[in-house]
Amino acid sequence: MLGYLVRRILAAIPVMGVVALFVFLLLRLTPGDPAAILAGDNATPEQLERIRNSLGLNEPIYIQFYTWIMKLLHGDLGVSLISNVPVLKMISQRVEPSISIALTTIVLSILVAVPLGVIAAWKHGTWIDRCVMGLSVLGFSVPVFVIGYVLIQVFAIDLRWVPVQGFKSISAGFGPFFERIILPTCTLSFIYVALIARMTRASMLDVLGEDYVRTARAKGIGETGVLLRHALRNAAVPVITVIGSGFALLISGVVVTESVFNLPGIGRLTVDAVLARDYPVIQAMILLTSGIYVGVNLVIDVAYTLLDPRIRY
Amino acid sequence: MTAANSSNVVLDINNLVVGLGRKADAHRIIDDLSLQVREGETLCLVGESGSGKSVTSLTVMGLQQKGTLVPSGGSIKLVGEDLLGASDRRLRQLRATRMAMIFQEPMTALNPVVPVGRQIDEVLRAHTNLDARARRQKILAMMEHVRLPDVQRIFSSYPHRLSGGQRQRIMIAMALVLEPKLLIADEPTTALDVTTQKQILTLMRDLQRDHGTAVLFITHDMGVVAEIADRVAVMRHGRLVETGPLDDVLRAPKMEYTRNLLSSVPSLVPRAARPETTEPVVLEANELGKVYRERSMFGKAREVAAAQNVTLTLRKGRTLGIVGESGSGKSTVARCIVRLIDPTSGGVRLVGREISNLSRRLLQPHRQKIQIVFQDPYRSLNPRVTVGESIAEGPINYGMPRKDALARARELLELVHLPPDAISRYPHQFSGGQRQRIAIARALALDPDVLVADEAVSALDVSVQAQVLDLLDEIQKRLGIALLFITHDLRVAAQICDDVAVMQHGRVVEQGPAAEVLTNPQQAYTRALLDAAPGRGWDFANFRPVSEGIVATA
Repeated sequence: MLGYLVRRILAAIPVMGVVALFVFLLLRLTPGDPAAILAGDNATPEQLERIRNSLGLNEPIYIQFYTWIMKLLHGDLGVSLISNVPVLKMISQRVEPSISIALTTIVLSILVAVPLGVIAAWKHGTWIDRCVMGLSVLGFSVPVFVIGYVLIQVFAIDLRWVPVQGFKSISAGFGPFFERIILPTCTLSFIYVALIARMTRASMLDVLGEDYVRTARAKGIGETGVLLRHALRNAAVPVITVIGSGFALLISGVVVTESVFNLPGIGRLTVDAVLARDYPVIQAMILLTSGIYVGVNLVIDVAYTLLDPRIRY
Repeated sequence: MTAANSSNVVLDINNLVVGLGRKADAHRIIDDLSLQVREGETLCLVGESGSGKSVTSLTVMGLQQKGTLVPSGGSIKLVGEDLLGASDRRLRQLRATRMAMIFQEPMTALNPVVPVGRQIDEVLRAHTNLDARARRQKILAMMEHVRLPDVQRIFSSYPHRLSGGQRQRIMIAMALVLEPKLLIADEPTTALDVTTQKQILTLMRDLQRDHGTAVLFITHDMGVVAEIADRVAVMRHGRLVETGPLDDVLRAPKMEYTRNLLSSVPSLVPRAARPETTEPVVLEANELGKVYRERSMFGKAREVAAAQNVTLTLRKGRTLGIVGESGSGKSTVARCIVRLIDPTSGGVRLVGREISNLSRRLLQPHRQKIQIVFQDPYRSLNPRVTVGESIAEGPINYGMPRKDALARARELLELVHLPPDAISRYPHQFSGGQRQRIAIARALALDPDVLVADEAVSALDVSVQAQVLDLLDEIQKRLGIALLFITHDLRVAAQICDDVAVMQHGRVVEQGPAAEVLTNPQQAYTRALLDAAPGRGWDFANFRPVSEGIVATA
């Protein structure tokens, strides 16, 4: 198991290396002088020369890559062209809201979707099943921002239960943190719940037809035991896969949600950077999201081996 | 029936009706079925697929698909207690304590993600108040009782680490750990090799003798019936055809259907040998070998020899059988010969031409000389392509105009005794036996010199199996085709093969004329295989034990 983990982590290094190379080339291969792109339209020749020197653009390209990657490994992601603040600092300042929403969304979605899927499969063909599936179609088809605005209208403006927007760090106390995070989380969870519930139901339906479920029933075990101990664990692998690949959805969803609820997260940082062509920030964000993705995949692969003893690498 | 007899009736099914759906006029899957199983008795419930034997057993356990299969009449009593009227809760209490069940596929009947010891433990946790220590002791004792080796290790093993026979022993241990009055065994040995089957049957008989369990044993295999039954009940289309003590049913079946069923069981005594021929050799395998190499990034490569040094010769118009248990390499050899997989050593000569080293492209013109029919006709035909298209596809690939190819398909359907209008229908509109005929027609469409049948009749009921075997025989006589027949069933081999090769662990251990190998085996393994064949003492088709037949003809 430990050996497998080490092998998987080692295997992640070349993947990240390719990502880093891509990010590096993104700027170098853009048509025109990177320095001119970085400096913008109104730069003076001195400014251009300064940028060239600071980026080492006068060096051969492999030396440039080496220097860049060494800086990267030391945590130096460069300096924002717009604000002149180190990129690492910008990200670390704004990472908390995004991570908070992502984690609460995943936890909430799993807590809601898995039981829904299990019940829908168990009560297959009944009105309960149809309700869950109907809800799931709704979750898929309504855009995130629409759900967001509807929730704001109802719970923040009409009912006045929670603030309309903003973010409070969890260090400021759980109450303020919770009342501001709850609406964005619900908004983002909708599509995720739809996805996971659907997959759980389909996977459970498959497993409930298996011989070992019949064996479990023949042993005189109660329905709960049959569903949870025998069926759910076997149905988990495809569900875990969906939770993982849903991360891509989550990352793009965070961007929209942050805009709707005016949260100072990295999603909005990215959008702003793209609009302002703030290349160092864009590069850092690509690296970060790729890193998260590789990490999530690693966790999922390890989860497979824990769930199913037949899966060995 | 005397009072003493009726007092120890464990399972009493009376006029049971199970309908498909809740409507009053629903199609009856089980129609007016009455059965009794007494203490210490094994009742074999025999019938072909679709006869309702599995539905009967599931209905007793209350495990039938709710809402789809609805018991609408009659009664089922377990030691006097009515089961059809019992609540779900009561049924759960009875399962594993009074009645238990083991299933056909030990590969799928155990939960793959739970260690087997814990799966048995669940039974004890659900039905007893024993503490963890006592439960573990009881389970280990039970595992020893079903003759599992190294019980401490197996206790914490996952099912995929165990062999098929070991898994079935776990199932039996699980079913019997609380000493139920009734054990229902639904084809418990069908998925096992003959030698394992024999061990499991012996085990079940011994356990029954020790515990006095009533056993309802469901099977389609008359050989198994002859081994284990005290009484036999024959079912067809959901109705009871005939019931009686084993000897009576096998010797003097009263009903026509039972007679036909018994007559269809191929005899283990090989058919009269056909005279040797001097026809040309059409297929030769020379020291054929297939080694699978498993490469891993860090560990050293692992090699598995699926076939080694296999040498075979087949002449025009003759039938060569390859027999052996699962994993013996017989299918690997067949696939190498057809070049579905590439052999790693040795050669294959097809009609005088070496084909083992030809590239895919050069092989193309030779492919039509050798064709294969697979085991499962439900999966070997493309469900979205009409039967005619399936048959005509081969000739069209080899340049025959479409119209001619379809005309040829029509002729072939006639040859395999299917109506000509079958050409525009889809595979799901046919029964298993009909589909296998279609598969044979498809293989014949290219006029092959050699037809390879890989377990081609194993998935079929005996009566259908007999028809398909007759068909193959007829085709061979008409077309002079050579047959390479892969089977695990020695009875089938005895009836169709001129020569047989017995395989074990990838090697041919014995080969020669079927009449010699199957009546006077020289190798211990062949003898063991023949010994393990269930019902070898019975000549079913002649309604008598083999020994009496020998006396009668002497």
